[in-house]
Amino acid sequence: MQYLPNILFAIILAVGIGFFVMNVRKLSRNIKLGKDVDRTDNKSERLKNMLMIAIGQSKMVKRPLSGLLHIVVYIGFIIINIEVLEIIIDGLLGTHRVFQGIIGDGFYAFLIGTFEILAALVFVAVIIFWLRRNVANIKRFLNRELKGWPKNDANYIIYFEIVLMSLFIVMNATDVPFQQAGIGNPISQFVAPLFDGFTPETIHTVERTAWWLHIGGILIFLNYLYYSKHLHILLAFPNTYFANLKPKGQFNNLESVTNEVKLMMDPDADPYAMPAEGEEEAVPEKFGASDVADLSWVQLLNAYTCTECGRCTSACPANLTGKKLSPRKIMMDTRDRLEEVGRNIDANKGTFVDDGKQLLNDYILEEELWACTSCNACVEECPVNIDPLSIIMDMRRYLVMEKSAAPQELNMMMTNIENNGAPWAYNQQDRLNWANEE
Amino acid sequence: MNVPKMADMMAQGKQPEVLFWVGAAGSYDDRAKKISRAFVKILHQANVDFAVLGVEESSTGDAAKRAGNEFLFQMQAMMNIEVLNGYEVKKIVTCDPHSFNTLKNEYPSLGGKYEVFHHTQFIQNLISEGRLKIDDTNLKGKRVTFHDPCYLGRANEVYESPRDLIRRLGVNLTEMKRSKETALCCGAGGAQMFKDAEKGDKEINVLRTEEALKTNPQIIATGCPYCNTMMTDGIKFKEKEDSVIVRDIAELIAEANNL
Ligand code: SF4
Ligand code: SF4
Repeated sequence: MQYLPNILFAIILAVGIGFFVMNVRKLSRNIKLGKDVDRTDNKSERLKNMLMIAIGQSKMVKRPLSGLLHIVVYIGFIIINIEVLEIIIDGLLGTHRVFQGIIGDGFYAFLIGTFEILAALVFVAVIIFWLRRNVANIKRFLNRELKGWPKNDANYIIYFEIVLMSLFIVMNATDVPFQQAGIGNPISQFVAPLFDGFTPETIHTVERTAWWLHIGGILIFLNYLYYSKHLHILLAFPNTYFANLKPKGQFNNLESVTNEVKLMMDPDADPYAMPAEGEEEAVPEKFGASDVADLSWVQLLNAYTCTECGRCTSACPANLTGKKLSPRKIMMDTRDRLEEVGRNIDANKGTFVDDGKQLLNDYILEEELWACTSCNACVEECPVNIDPLSIIMDMRRYLVMEKSAAPQELNMMMTNIENNGAPWAYNQQDRLNWANEE
Repeated sequence: MNVPKMADMMAQGKQPEVLFWVGAAGSYDDRAKKISRAFVKILHQANVDFAVLGVEESSTGDAAKRAGNEFLFQMQAMMNIEVLNGYEVKKIVTCDPHSFNTLKNEYPSLGGKYEVFHHTQFIQNLISEGRLKIDDTNLKGKRVTFHDPCYLGRANEVYESPRDLIRRLGVNLTEMKRSKETALCCGAGGAQMFKDAEKGDKEINVLRTEEALKTNPQIIATGCPYCNTMMTDGIKFKEKEDSVIVRDIAELIAEANNL
C-alpha cells in the first residue's frame, strides 16, 4: 500500500509524456508534408543564430517592455524545470526534496529562494501581459485574426501560469519543516501565516494537494502546447536554427523553371523530343503553392512556431494602411490548414483524401497576397525568424504561373517586359535617350 | 552628355572599369532620368571609365519575379547574363536598389556572377580612394531626412553608405522614427509600382511621407528611383511642394559640386 502514490505518480507521468510524444510525432509528420529544402549548411552560423535569438532573446528586446516581461517568464520557465525534475524524482522514489540532501542546505535554500522570487516576478509579468491583451488597446492584439480561439488561447496560458506559480508558492508555504528552517522562502514565508490556524494534518494535505496539482498542471500544460501558439517555447529553437541565412532580398530561383527556360532558349532543343529511354515521363511540377504540401518544411515549421504576437503585422505597411493583408494571419492560416490536412490524414488511415479545400482562397485571399510590397518588414520584426513573405511569394507564383490570375495591370506590366524589356510600353530602341535630354 | 556604350568600347578593344546598369526607371521615367544624368556627371568628375549597355540593356526581371512570374524573370535574367558575360563584365554599379538586389543576389545561381554596387557604395569608394570630393558648403545646414529603400536596407543591410554621403554634404541629417531596419516601405516594391493598391484607408506613400514630414525636413533624400517617385507624389498629396523637395543622393552630390 505504501507504494501506491509512487505507482500512481509513475502512471500519470507515463500517460502525460506518452500523449506528448504522440503529438510530437504528429507534429513532425505534418511538417514533413512540406517540400524538401536544404538547411544543413553553415552549421556554426545557424547555431549562433539559435543561441542569440532563441536562447539570448536578442530580437525580443527590440520592444523593451514586452521584451523584458517575456524574459522574466522565459527564465522562470527554464529554472522551474529544475524544480520539476526534483518533483519527478521525489514522486517516483517517494523521497521529499531529494536535492536538499544532495547539494546541501545552503545551496538548496539559495536555489529555491531564487525560484520563489522568479515565481513572484512571473506572476507580476503575466498579469501585465493579461492587462495588455485585455484592457490596454494595443492594436496588434485587436486584429481580426485574433478573435476567438487565438485570444482565448493566449489568456488560458496566462491563467495557467498564474495557477502554476501560486501552487508552487503554496506548496512551499505549507511545507512545515521547510518553513521552520526559514531559509529559501523569501516569498512563501509571507504566505505561510495564512495557514496558521490549521491542524498539522490539514496543512500537510494542502501541501500534498498543491504538490500533485503542480506536477499534474505541468503535464497538462505540456500536452496543451501542441494545440496552442505556445508551441513556440519548443519550436523557437529549431526554427531559428533552420531559418534563412541569405540576404532577405534574395528570392529563390525555381529550378524547375530554370530547366524549362533553358530548353526554351536553346535553339538546338527539339521541343517534341521524346523522353530518353528509361527516363520516366516526369509529372510536370506545380509552380508555386496553393496548399500546404506545396510549401517547404521550413515554411510549415514556421507556421507551427508562430506565436501570434503580431509584431510582423504591426510593421507591415499594407496592414498599417488598412489593407486586408496581415503577415500574422498568413502564418495562422497556414497552420490551421496544415492541422486540417493532418486530421484528414489521421481520419483516412495515413493518406490525404481530397477535401475540396486548399490554403488559397479557403484561407488566404488573393487580395491579401497582392497587397504585399515584399518589403521584408515582417521578416525583420519576427522575434523567432519566421518568413511570412516567402509564403506570400510562393502563392503569388501559383496565381501567376498556374492560374494566370494576376491583376490586370500586372499582366500589362509583364507583357511590356516581354515585348519591350521594360515594365512600361516604351521602345527598347529609346533606352539611351535619357543621355541626350536636358 | 557623353555616355559611352559597351558595344563601342568593345569595338575599340577597351574594357571599362565598371558597367553602369541604368535600369528601366533610370532609362524611361522622366524623374528617374535626372538621377541617371546626375550620377553620370559624378562619374565624369571622378574620371571613372564606365560604359552602359544602352539598347542592349533589358529589364532585370525584378518586377516580374516579385509579381510571381518566375518564368519571365528567368528569361530576362538569362538574356541579360548572356549579354553581360559576352562583354566580360566584372563590376556593375546601379542607382536602382531593385536592380542591385537582383543582379547581386539572384543572378549568380543563373550564371551571372558580378561585383555589384549601389551608387552610394560606389561613390563612397571613389571618395575613400581620393578620386572624388564632396563640396560641403553649397547645401550647408539644410535639414535632410533619408528614406531607406527596402531593397537596399533590409534586403541587403546597406544602411551606412547613403548616410555617410549625406553627412559629407554638410547638412543636418535627422532620422525618422522608423528608419534603417525598421524603415517603412514607400509602397512601390513587390511590383506595387505598376498597379493600384488594394482597398485600405490610406496610401502607403502618404503614410511614409507623413513620417518624413514629422522631422520637419527641407530635403527628403532617397536612394531609389521608385522611392523618389513615391515620396514626390506624397509631398504633392500633402501640398508641401513649396517647402520640401525630394532628391536622390546622386542629385544632391551633383548639386553640391555644381555639376
Ligand atoms: S513583406 Fe509584405 S507582408 Fe511582410 S511587412 Fe512587407 S508588405 Fe507586409
Ligand atoms: S510571424 Fe513572427 S512576428 Fe508574426 S506573429 Fe508570428 S511570431 Fe509574431
